[in-house]
Amino acid sequence: MKYKALIHTSLKKSVLDPQGQTTLHALASLGFKEAQSLRIGKYFEMVLEAENHEKAEQSIHVMCDKLLHNPVIEEYSFDIKEMPS
Amino acid sequence: MKAAVVVFPGSNCDTDCFHALKDVMKVPVEFIWHKERSFPKTDLVVIPGGFSYGDYLRTGAIARFSPVMDSVTKHAHEGRAVIGICNGFQILLESGLLPGAMLRNKTLEFICKHTWIRAEENLTIFTGQMEPGETLCVPIAHGEGNYYCDDETLKSLQDHAQIVFRYSSQSGEVREEFNPNGSRDHIAGIVNKKKNVLGMMPHPERASEEILGSHGGRKIWESILNAIG
Repeated sequence: MKYKALIHTSLKKSVLDPQGQTTLHALASLGFKEAQSLRIGKYFEMVLEAENHEKAEQSIHVMCDKLLHNPVIEEYSFDIKEMPS
Repeated sequence: MKAAVVVFPGSNCDTDCFHALKDVMKVPVEFIWHKERSFPKTDLVVIPGGFSYGDYLRTGAIARFSPVMDSVTKHAHEGRAVIGICNGFQILLESGLLPGAMLRNKTLEFICKHTWIRAEENLTIFTGQMEPGETLCVPIAHGEGNYYCDDETLKSLQDHAQIVFRYSSQSGEVREEFNPNGSRDHIAGIVNKKKNVLGMMPHPERASEEILGSHGGRKIWESILNAIG
């Protein structure tokens, strides 16, 4: 089966995000006073082959732990959708 | 003493390190291409600065999986010396040879300037020729040198005297205004617990001879040479 995985990584809440803060300030100075907080992360779109949904999830966890995120500073989350064959 | 400089695609301080070791320190040195799975026994491995793999994904994240890194890890675990400078430091963090991680500089700017760093102790092979508290003028050139680790790791670094260099003033005061990138506890360089692996953001190879404007970095090479012989 083919799956599409949408993976997000971002800095942990406990880690200061200077890019996010600067962008938030820029929004505020443009008049977007409603913007309360902003964190910047990375987005990965991956097509992968797996036997089933569970196996697809397992391999994404392994990929995130090994390469896609740095557990010292980042956290990750993802969604998987089955692709039409 | 024999030294080797690892070269990744995107390394750009490799020849500077080679020059500092060979021509300034008169140490036999060779390059190791990152695809090599093994290399001849050497006393010191230098992981130079640059933008390995274009800094894609995260600084050092791809380079740490280069074939040569297994041998570098083995070399380190055998207790032999490794120095990672700038991107080399980032690679050592990603590979787990040193604890912590790098964040973007607090100001978001790429900072290229001379900085003063304070040698915190001289009980490592990298600092034996320095007095504790001595300051060195060594340039930095990085966008991601904002060293981060959690409280527990920081305490462990402090307790085991692993913080080797802090950013400081010329006279050795450590204050926010002398910290160029926002690094935790003003860290400019740390060693592992065994103290045979050093990672530092400043570039000693760019400060090893007077013609380059400062020679503060030379003391690091001299310390290594003195310790290893």
